[in-house]
Amino acid sequence: MPSLTVHAGGLTLRNPVMLAAGILGTTGASLRRAALAGAGGVVTKSLGSVPRDGHPGPTIVQVDCGLLNAMGLPNPSYKKFQEEIDIARTGGVPVVASIFGSSAEEFAGIARGLDADAFELNLSCPHAEKYGSELGRYPDLVEAVTGAVKAAANAPVWVKLTPNTADIVELGQAAQRGGADAVVAINTLKAMAIDIETGYPILGNRFGGLSGPAIKPVAVRSVYDLALRLDIPVIGVGGVTSWEDAVEMIMAGACAVQVGTALQKGYGIFEEISLGLARYLERKSMTLEDIRGMAGRHY
Amino acid sequence: MRPIDSIIQEVRSEAPLVRTFWLDKQLDPAPGQYVMVWIRGVDEVPMSFSSPDTITVQSVGSATQALFNLGAGSSIGLRGPFGNGFVLRGKNILLVGGGVGTAPLAFLGEQARGAGIKVTSLVGFCSSQDIIFQDRFEALGGLIITTDDGSVGIKGHVAEGLKEFDLAEFSQIYLCGPEVMMWDIISRTREHAGKIQACISRYFKCATGVCGSCCLDPEGVRVCVEGPVFMADRLIESEFGRYKRGPDGRKGQCRG
Repeated sequence: MPSLTVHAGGLTLRNPVMLAAGILGTTGASLRRAALAGAGGVVTKSLGSVPRDGHPGPTIVQVDCGLLNAMGLPNPSYKKFQEEIDIARTGGVPVVASIFGSSAEEFAGIARGLDADAFELNLSCPHAEKYGSELGRYPDLVEAVTGAVKAAANAPVWVKLTPNTADIVELGQAAQRGGADAVVAINTLKAMAIDIETGYPILGNRFGGLSGPAIKPVAVRSVYDLALRLDIPVIGVGGVTSWEDAVEMIMAGACAVQVGTALQKGYGIFEEISLGLARYLERKSMTLEDIRGMAGRHY
Repeated sequence: MRPIDSIIQEVRSEAPLVRTFWLDKQLDPAPGQYVMVWIRGVDEVPMSFSSPDTITVQSVGSATQALFNLGAGSSIGLRGPFGNGFVLRGKNILLVGGGVGTAPLAFLGEQARGAGIKVTSLVGFCSSQDIIFQDRFEALGGLIITTDDGSVGIKGHVAEGLKEFDLAEFSQIYLCGPEVMMWDIISRTREHAGKIQACISRYFKCATGVCGSCCLDPEGVRVCVEGPVFMADRLIESEFGRYKRGPDGRKGQCRG
């Protein structure tokens, strides 16, 4: 079997199929389980400076070809999470801490207070007031936050970008100027569903973020443009459900992919994608490097 | 799935803080499975079925209080049924329940009787006024009731009633109630843990196995899709009975 080992944004991963932020990342045990099930790396639920319960329910709506969610950044605060990261690390793969704040200082403070293998800056959650994409849609804030965390952290810094913008490349370039080791694209697309019996928005927060197969083409285009224009690696996320999706994302330019919504199929998804990817490379007599960014080389 | 609209057909008060709601939708649940109940504008919470078309609810917070304000003709949203329910095994079963946790057991017992299985029940409540479904359990077969204050039946916790039985006689034991009570039973009957099915509760958000808020330590078992019914021997080495996580993911006491 061909090697699936990749170097992605300062980390070495045994395979390029990671667990995405916000999915099964609330406890060290579930992160560890993802690692033992074959994930190449895992990302925690986003951690803030104080405990949050998140939005009232419903927090999730199954829609055609995807999942709509407005969890609302529930988390026990970073101060309560080091023990979970330590448990997650016993799974034997890099543990990336997703963090969020409302200012560069808040982000930096959290990064200083956590020991993780890398940090992923949540500058892209579309449904939490004062956080996520409310900062992340402004290039100058993306650059400032990235710079502050780079200065504070002793681990690689990845920046997760929002697609809810006119030009995601501009945001990626801002992250690069701030010193990011990689960008992660994309977070969910701002979306909504309404109960037609009553007219109530279904999500407790009224609107939320769309994930799953519905957004994959948007993610592929974002990764493609970012990979062509940035010097730092791009990690692709958004609707990856099969090894074919992973190949497509890598051909768009991703050096690794993250899987979220597809965990609805169970933890077996990691091995399924890795195995499919390895068989594909074998059949084509190619390496991951050969196919990475292939789409961009055809023009 | 999107929530489906359901009109409440009837509401019956079972005890001071316990009510049964009849739903107009046939969701074909197995006993032990749950449904996410959306009280519009308030919250969405998981509820066990107390029969194929009823849920029996204890008022414990803002969502259940809001549900109690709804009467016949009101509408709620439903997602489900979800999770793995109880599985009937053997020909002679024991139901062990506490408080509103007796609701899915009454449903299970009726299904078991319909399948020709012998059913015996041990159910406990705080006091006489808290007793629910006494007639349903009496109709199933042998019944022992315990009350904490001794107002009816054996005085003390449910575990006091265990002395009345030789557990070796039962092909399977089904357990549902407050976590402290279930843990008390499981820890006293460890040698039977391989034949005890326990229906447990954790804080749920997504109910689809992705958000991670209900995962049990140390294996990271997702209660919402891999449970809520588990074999007791799988719970013995877990966080069950020791702590549980709240909405923000912090560990707290497993009272209630």
